[in-house]
Amino acid sequence: MSPPGSSAAGLDADRILIAPGHDAATVTEKISSVVFGRTPKWMFAVWAVGFALVMALLTQLAKLLFVGTGIWGVNIPVAWGFAIINLVWWIGIGHAGTLISAILLLLNQKWRTSINRFAEAMTLFAVACAVMFPVLHTGRPWLAFYWLLPYPNTMGMWPNFRSPLVWDVFAISTYGTVSLLFWFMGLIPDFATLRDRTAHRSLRRLFGFLAMGWRGSARHWHNYEMAYLLLAGLATPLVISVHSVISFDFSVAQVPGWHATIFPPYFVAGAVFAGFAMVLLLAIPVRRAFNLHDFITSRHLQNMGKVMLVTGLVVSYGYLMEFFFAWYSGNPFEIFAIAENRPTGPYKWIWMSLIFCNFLSIQLLWLKKVRQSPLLLWIISFIVSIGMWLERFVIVVISLHRDFLPSSWDMYAGTRWDWAFYLGTIGFFLCLMFLFVRFVPMIAMFEMKHLLPESKVKGRAKAH
Amino acid sequence: MKESESLNEIRARLQGSRGASYWRSLDELAGTNAFRELLHREFPRHASEWDGSLDRRRFVQLASASLALAGLAGCTRQPIEKIVPYVRQPEQLVPGKPLYFATVHAVGGYATGLLAESHNGRPTKLEGNPEHPASLGRSDVRAQAAVLDLYDPDRSQAVTHLGQIRTWGAFVDAIGPKVTALKALEGEGLRLLTGTVTSPTVAALVAELRAAMPKARWHQHEAAGRDHVRRGALAAFGKPVETRYDLSRADVVVALDSDFLTQGPGAVRYALDFARRRKVHDLAAARRDGMSRLYAVESGVTATGTVADHRLAVKPTEVAHFALALAARLGVAGSAAPPFFADGERAEWVDAVAEDLQAHRGRCLVLAGDEVDAEVHTLLHAVNAALGNAGTTVIYTEPVEAEPVDQAASLAELVADARAGAVDTLVILGANPVYDAPADVDLAAALAEVPLSVHLGSHVDETAGHCHWHLPEAHQLETWTDARAFDGTTSIGQPLIEPLYGGKTAAEVLAVFLGRTLNAHELLREHWQTAWQTTGADFETRWRKVLHDGLVADSAAAPAQASVDAGAAGAAAAAIAGWTSGELELAFRPDPHLFDGRFANNGWLQECPRPITKLTWENALLMSPATARGLGLGDLTADGDQYLPTPVVELTVDGRGLEIPVWVVPGHADGALTLHLGYGRDFAGRVAAGAGVNACAVRAAAAPWRVAQGVAVRALGRRYRLASTQDHHSMEGRHIVLGDRFDNYLEHPEAYKPHLHVDPSLTLMPEDEFVYDGNNWGMSVDLTACTGCNACVVACQAENNVPVVGKDQVAKGREMHWIRIDRYYQGVDADRVEAVLHQPVLCMHCEQAPCEVVCPVAATVHSADGLNDMIYNRCVGTRYCSNNCPYKVRRFNFLLYQDWETPSLQLGRNPDVTVRSRGVMEKCTYCVQRISRARIAAKMEDREIRDGEVVTACQQACPSDALVFGDMNDPGSAVARAKASPLDYSLLEELGTRPHTTFLARIRNPNPKLEPPRQRPDHGAHA
Repeated sequence: MSPPGSSAAGLDADRILIAPGHDAATVTEKISSVVFGRTPKWMFAVWAVGFALVMALLTQLAKLLFVGTGIWGVNIPVAWGFAIINLVWWIGIGHAGTLISAILLLLNQKWRTSINRFAEAMTLFAVACAVMFPVLHTGRPWLAFYWLLPYPNTMGMWPNFRSPLVWDVFAISTYGTVSLLFWFMGLIPDFATLRDRTAHRSLRRLFGFLAMGWRGSARHWHNYEMAYLLLAGLATPLVISVHSVISFDFSVAQVPGWHATIFPPYFVAGAVFAGFAMVLLLAIPVRRAFNLHDFITSRHLQNMGKVMLVTGLVVSYGYLMEFFFAWYSGNPFEIFAIAENRPTGPYKWIWMSLIFCNFLSIQLLWLKKVRQSPLLLWIISFIVSIGMWLERFVIVVISLHRDFLPSSWDMYAGTRWDWAFYLGTIGFFLCLMFLFVRFVPMIAMFEMKHLLPESKVKGRAKAH
Repeated sequence: MKESESLNEIRARLQGSRGASYWRSLDELAGTNAFRELLHREFPRHASEWDGSLDRRRFVQLASASLALAGLAGCTRQPIEKIVPYVRQPEQLVPGKPLYFATVHAVGGYATGLLAESHNGRPTKLEGNPEHPASLGRSDVRAQAAVLDLYDPDRSQAVTHLGQIRTWGAFVDAIGPKVTALKALEGEGLRLLTGTVTSPTVAALVAELRAAMPKARWHQHEAAGRDHVRRGALAAFGKPVETRYDLSRADVVVALDSDFLTQGPGAVRYALDFARRRKVHDLAAARRDGMSRLYAVESGVTATGTVADHRLAVKPTEVAHFALALAARLGVAGSAAPPFFADGERAEWVDAVAEDLQAHRGRCLVLAGDEVDAEVHTLLHAVNAALGNAGTTVIYTEPVEAEPVDQAASLAELVADARAGAVDTLVILGANPVYDAPADVDLAAALAEVPLSVHLGSHVDETAGHCHWHLPEAHQLETWTDARAFDGTTSIGQPLIEPLYGGKTAAEVLAVFLGRTLNAHELLREHWQTAWQTTGADFETRWRKVLHDGLVADSAAAPAQASVDAGAAGAAAAAIAGWTSGELELAFRPDPHLFDGRFANNGWLQECPRPITKLTWENALLMSPATARGLGLGDLTADGDQYLPTPVVELTVDGRGLEIPVWVVPGHADGALTLHLGYGRDFAGRVAAGAGVNACAVRAAAAPWRVAQGVAVRALGRRYRLASTQDHHSMEGRHIVLGDRFDNYLEHPEAYKPHLHVDPSLTLMPEDEFVYDGNNWGMSVDLTACTGCNACVVACQAENNVPVVGKDQVAKGREMHWIRIDRYYQGVDADRVEAVLHQPVLCMHCEQAPCEVVCPVAATVHSADGLNDMIYNRCVGTRYCSNNCPYKVRRFNFLLYQDWETPSLQLGRNPDVTVRSRGVMEKCTYCVQRISRARIAAKMEDREIRDGEVVTACQQACPSDALVFGDMNDPGSAVARAKASPLDYSLLEELGTRPHTTFLARIRNPNPKLEPPRQRPDHGAHA
């Protein structure tokens, strides 16, 4: 058998979702080989970076808990800084996973298949990183982590349901839970495959436990597909809701630059934008490292590039509309915050970089040549990831640092501890991601088999 | 739940059946509940709702288990503390109820009468004494901070000899033979060095000492003394005369480089009298009584200058020239207008001022600051005499000081004698000349020549290090003192606590040199028994009354017969005419908070932003933006530049130099520099250490305040970060400080208000969510009266246990003051400042409070009496409330700012106010503890809380009555009347927050000749 994928050149490389020459066995073989093979050497190097960053994270956390939020750059008036920027950034990144898993599933977009597992894991880990921030940014996290929850208590106190921060608790926890279920649900058949393929007794037990008694019977498949669809249905509104609710943190407040009705859709688009950038950022190196070109084909990358272009344009439209609404409102505080302080104030370079990253750089994606080049896609995704962080900086910091009374205006800058926390979560994310890649099939094997020519007949027959 | 049959069992049953029974079995099977249940479980899509119920026992089990687990987390072992009741309850002492005692606070010798609040024997807060003429119940920033001086952990705590700890007894024993020897020599070689002394007891003891040892000499030295005032009066009247002013009778005031509203012995009283002539919020009263007018001519920007109706910024020498021009215009003999004021715009200015003064003969006042040259003082005595002000607005009395001397000469003489070996024993009582003497008066070298030197001081300071003996000085709140106020009224300061570190008073040290061993209390009683010529019960009665009242009745200084010597005035005029103003002039000024540096170790004063510069913790070389450009330092006022560190320069004065950062002050006179004293202390004070630069390094005895020639500034190319609490100085055209001219106001009272479209229905929240049946607290802030003096800021800090955070944290924007005074410059640009505006901003206690909505844990909520309460225990510190507060009055404990460790600081805290910990938000509470105290008192007496019964700390301290607090539900209350004024406006009204704190617009009373009335109302906002 010639190595699968070698004949792809003859076909339309932009159309295929799985390289020709694969059958059910080779798909399983190829994907599970990552799990069963030896750990590649380069992975230790990546691990070392991730581990070092996690140590920085832990150091920062210790310092934070013993000394207080004063180790960061936050002040009055900029009482929210890196922590909230990072929260929004991570939650945004998590969006692509849900979108790919849920919405594209419902829309029957077959190209989602090879990247959905990966994106879902990314979502989960991004949410894990994100939740650290709102809890730990508080002055007294040891109380914050449960006083925001509604539970009957001796104080006779409920949280203040008017506060968007309480809505956040529900939005993020729901999102996290559903994402976890969805991801795990999708993994069950593949865990069963691994269980059946492993020669190692303890691994068999582990995978057997995780497979939850999956035997692949028709009834299993029937229940499974129904549950998966239902979860997809459940997750779909979450794609919209979670970032809408996050955006309420800002739009419900009356700070000029925050108080805008455009925020929910603008945040959701931004989140999808950031999420796809992150999927590309991770998928392109992983695809190369594990030689997964057969499964993550050029079409996948191109499609993601297109989604980035579209959502990036939506976000850019949001930027434009902010100016328009500021002008149209006739509110001098809004006009100052949006039209004056952002582009010409002391943080103008941040704003200009944002426009470069999130608007100008993605214009390259109109070109097919660019979309076909993994390297260029990766670079653009990197720029967009930075841009989306800058966008949150613009919203959080530049709005707060100059609000109503000029006497209170002040500047803000993150300290090394702010950076340690941010980079630490990136390390944490990397570690989780590589643990996932190493120990869990990163591409849904059973779903890939649906893409095989032979399963299409069956699939169609089943569908009718 | 019932066990259902497994698939295998079903299969077995089916296999076991045959034929017809097979089918029947299947039917039967399908009909059983068990099978239906199985189906339900396998195909949940078809499942009906789970009807499984938890029985009561199981629920209680689970619930109690989870509660027990939750409870475990709350089980921390509390430290054992014992609370023991009094066996014998001391008279008057009710735990939890404060007592008040009259006492004094003297700065530079002059006293302000105060009432000290004492909790269980610990003074925690000082208020003005309503009976005392220098206070009338008000106080200033230094008096408010004095309680922290008492508890300063860096205070000197032991008697030392050559650095070794000794006892007071050892000192007395060691001095004994010396005293005998000195007596034999009639005191030859014995020198005393004190600050300005007004204390009758100390004066009497010195007199006694001099009687016993006639050759002993008494020297006086104050770094920020009043030599010029003394010399000016001496020249004008030929004898020492004390000058004080009656601002309540002055319709027109001209102030020459004078910050009489915030600095100097009578400032608190002057500020009150002045403000009362400018209370215009009652339109009918304003029409009837009018408004006084203030002209200020000054080089730097002072608090007084900022409230002036007209302000002229000129170099220090030109201020003297202005005095000359004014005197010439008013026809004071021997005066001729100097060229600078001879023609043009400035001559018009002089003309207008002179006309205004002449139109108010006997009801006007021309005064100069303590730092202005003696010749100007002399000339102004003649001017006031010419205007008929003597005896009406200017009051001449016998000196208040025990012995008015020229202190500069006195100190120079001491140093010269010491270096000549003529000083055998030097006793320094409370002064710190090694730190604050001019650079050309080398005290350290002189002290090295003295065989025996004794220093009494509150700290082991610079001078202590050069003396043989150091004695800890008792704080005014822990010992018996007496002192006189600016008008001569004598007060007896009673202690509120035993000396914390066994400190002594100047009187006690003098007694040692008299060979007597009486304590401060006995010395004081002995003196007053002699002075009043009473003993026994009569004395006790009077003594008790004096202690209770805080002053000796009718002890004001007697009026002095004073007529100006025309020749002296002419000579002064001629001298001034001979002065030429330099390219770059330098003025020294006492720091608005630290004075001459004696308060440098007071964290409250250090951290309180200075009134104009808003700098904390450090001094800087102040200059105008144009001067900075001229010196090649660049444009330091451009947007964005205010965030950069400021340039450091080398300032050289006649060969002496120092390195100091520059701070630009719009409105400062061009070509002039101002440098504040009081910084650069060099002793082991944890607060003072490293704070600023000592201006005395370039100060010469001959030119203590004004240097016209030989000043040079060189940029060093370095930059340094100063900590300022306000970086942005323009109102950006926003409606923040509103105001109008007085004449406009009388005609169109509400014309100052911008036309805003405020729709109160534009809120998602219920409109009248809160109904106040009882009290509805509110505050009114009079922007016309506010001078920006900061008394309220420190009063609030003392009352509410507000922590000091340090320069580093202030620079990060984390100062904790609950009330701040915003300062805006108004004008075309930084070079043409028309006005400097002050706006105290505290929590607005909004009716539609943006903070309340967003707090996730409901830690900030409305109270039943209109307050926006902060519940520290509930706060988790999301800081969302601060973000959503448009006034940015909330303060967050980013770190553990409160000092939980230092025992002496724990004593000083107000026990009625929570000491906040790390991670919680805090803000102004309208002094809720004072409201509670009044409410409890009212309930005990079954009545309503009376208007004026609740006085917030800021309101109580305010020397100009700018703050009024009370019940808005009571239409007769002062606050309700203020809010009924057409001048009442809400800050950021357009946001619909409906604040309970509102402002009274700032009214100026310009001279129509200098500023013709405009058609358009004078919207103060446009900057």
